[in-house]
Amino acid sequence: MINWFKKDESHLPEYWQKYSAKFNKNQLEQLVTETTFVVLDTETTGFDQEKDRILSIGCVKVKDNKLLVANSFEIYLKQEKFNPDTVEIHGLIKHERFETFTEEKALQLFLKYIGDSILVAHHAGFDINMINAAMKRNHLPKLKNRVLDTGVLYRKTRIISNFIDQHKSYTLDEVALAYNIDLKDRHTAIGDAFITAIAFLKILGRLKRKKLKELFKK
Amino acid sequence: MKNSIAHRIADFLKDFPPFNFLNAEELLNISQESEVLYIDKGNILFNEGDDVHQFFYIVHKGAIQLQKFQNEQYETLDTCDEGDIFGLRPLFAEENYIMNAIAEEESIVYGIPISLFKPLTESNKKVGNFLIQSFATNTRNPYSREDKGKLFFGTQVVEPISNSPLFELQPAPIIRKIVTTSPETSIKSAAQLMSKRKVGSILVTKNDVPVGILTDEDFRNSIATGQYSIDTTVDKIMSFPVICYPRNVTIAQAQITMMKHNINHICITEDGTPNTRVTGILSEHDIMVSQGNSPSVLMKAIQRSHSTKELKKIRNKINLLLGGYIENNIPLTHISKLIFELNDATIKRVISRCVIKLQQEPPVNFAWLSMGSQGRKEQLLQTDQDNAIIFADPPEGKLEETRDYFLQLATKVNKRLMIVGYEYCPADMMAKNPRWCLSLSEWKKQVSKWIKQPGPDEILLSNIFFDYDITYGDSLLSNQLSDYILGLIENNKKFLTVMGSNALRNPSPLGFFRQFLVEQDGEKKDFFDIKKRGIQPLTESARLLILSYKIKNISNTAERFDRLAQLEPKNKELFEGCSYASKALIKFRIKQGLQNRDSGRFIDLSKLNKEDKMKLKRAFKSIKAVQDLIKMRFETATVL
Repeated sequence: MINWFKKDESHLPEYWQKYSAKFNKNQLEQLVTETTFVVLDTETTGFDQEKDRILSIGCVKVKDNKLLVANSFEIYLKQEKFNPDTVEIHGLIKHERFETFTEEKALQLFLKYIGDSILVAHHAGFDINMINAAMKRNHLPKLKNRVLDTGVLYRKTRIISNFIDQHKSYTLDEVALAYNIDLKDRHTAIGDAFITAIAFLKILGRLKRKKLKELFKK
Repeated sequence: MKNSIAHRIADFLKDFPPFNFLNAEELLNISQESEVLYIDKGNILFNEGDDVHQFFYIVHKGAIQLQKFQNEQYETLDTCDEGDIFGLRPLFAEENYIMNAIAEEESIVYGIPISLFKPLTESNKKVGNFLIQSFATNTRNPYSREDKGKLFFGTQVVEPISNSPLFELQPAPIIRKIVTTSPETSIKSAAQLMSKRKVGSILVTKNDVPVGILTDEDFRNSIATGQYSIDTTVDKIMSFPVICYPRNVTIAQAQITMMKHNINHICITEDGTPNTRVTGILSEHDIMVSQGNSPSVLMKAIQRSHSTKELKKIRNKINLLLGGYIENNIPLTHISKLIFELNDATIKRVISRCVIKLQQEPPVNFAWLSMGSQGRKEQLLQTDQDNAIIFADPPEGKLEETRDYFLQLATKVNKRLMIVGYEYCPADMMAKNPRWCLSLSEWKKQVSKWIKQPGPDEILLSNIFFDYDITYGDSLLSNQLSDYILGLIENNKKFLTVMGSNALRNPSPLGFFRQFLVEQDGEKKDFFDIKKRGIQPLTESARLLILSYKIKNISNTAERFDRLAQLEPKNKELFEGCSYASKALIKFRIKQGLQNRDSGRFIDLSKLNKEDKMKLKRAFKSIKAVQDLIKMRFETATVL
């Protein structure tokens, strides 16, 4: 039978096809402890998805309450556009001496690194949108990974009470403060990814969900 | 590719031995291959008998307990906190782990790769020596001046706070005036001698050489059981051989020996063998006394403390003290007073240090209120923090500026209390929340709203806020608020009625067939919720009744019932029963909490013995009686 919904990907680059081919199992039934999560953060030149660019992506992999330091991902992108306003916040100067990659090369490495893992970020919408915008510029489809937002998950750890605002949006600083996480290297992609990962582990510890699908429930 | 996380780990490691002996490059190399682990409270990193891991560990945040199964129970050998290393066995031996590592609280632990680290222990002598010493003595940090020795006390580790460094390596306190007897003495006269000299043990010597020891326990086992008559000679029932040491035995050695042989006394002889003259005796009790883990010592330590971390350590000692008290069946009124005072002093100390930290005097007078269980002086286990600030009405136009100061103060205090061990209140009922950091007039407005329109939320808030106790600051402010509340209630019968029906919301827990009501759903299904079904109905009843008498400044539930018993002689028995029940339930909860390392709130009924079940049932009869009384008195039926 022909699957009408299966898109023809043969015109896409090989690295995309390899990435795409990894998505073939029903992850939702698996246990949280056997799931690989990639906790990520991006630093960007600004908040406009169209005009602004990613400066760097930082990721750490988390599985079974563990994070392997060697298995982290930290990449800096070459900038054709230079926005002096954001330099200071992000601590990234256009021509810093460490290695930088073109947007396409960075995406290629990123896709290879994340595979079919579950992506986790704080206020994930923003980071995922920025990455998808970069994908689009490079003629690639959107990311296929499932995404969890630590902002939303954190809210679930709070008790249901009329005395706290159920819709409040918590900043990473607030979550880190509540969980007593050191705010070292805040505002670098990898630093924030690490802080988010520790927060994510603490959230998982509190939510005590067994199966992955339970984390996606409303 | 760059690895900033490795830098982050290295930056942490560099401050702690043995990592401080490494150069930057070595540190970065091992950090690169390290792992970061999250261990939830009560979870196990490795078990006795497990194959060894590829890593050894250093605690980054939290606390890991090392336990060993001894004498048919788990005994804690050591508690590791920030910067302590453990799980060193695979560095030295190919054997399996010989102890358990379990998270005493939620912890973040770094795993250091053994394959990379082992060569460093060989090439760098300092590293190797440190690890060997750590491993051998089981004290994680033999060089630390801060980290004093650990004492084994029953099943728990007691950390001494003696002022001198390396307490455990000091000579043990030896009693030189010893009571001795000869092997041919009759048991009866030995016992008389012991009674006369008020000692629990007596050394049996022959020509001044120790041949045995006779303790109270021997009397119990051999005489009271009828096995021997009191005319028998002591050599029949004494314990021997006597474990001997020379005079300069260290506390650590003495402890280990006592543990190993399961004894409480060590005999000191001239050359340390049982063949020379006895010069003294050393008892576990004396070691304990010498290290001074008493409330008064802890109190001094709190008042002198200069860091939050120090307070956290003291806090752990308070918990050990609590465990010891409960184990020894000290009356709860006594325990709760002591623990309350220690908690109270801790909070006071945190606040006064934060005031200094702000480098600005408070713009107006204020009162720090502890609410909930600490307010009722019932907070024995560490639970959440509930607190609020009342500040005096500031001059016109200065309200927000003044509030900002107190919010800053409260944020600092709340955070430090969390680090000490009082978790953040999940409903944000803390002074750092602008809703609970109000001026006196704002508070008056707030409470009058609650009392005049008592909906379910307002009653819940009243229940939490009306049990306050002033912890710090100006008691005139809290008293003015109390008077105001009582004045409002006087003219408002409806409020008491609603409060009454609220107190009856959880019926007495004895169900239809006189079985316990257990939780019907959720994670705690089939567990009994002692807080919701036992303690809370009593607390709410006591609050309601005491408010109806307009009595302020008594916030403890048992004390409230005692007062009610005085006020209403005809219900004396009922109220006294409730006072007793309140204490019994709280004690029950602490025991459970200490056993399960949690808040003790949920009880597995299948694990209770008959006696405990009877005790609980008796307490529940009192709940039923007081609930019936409330139903009648406040006519709650009309609003239910």
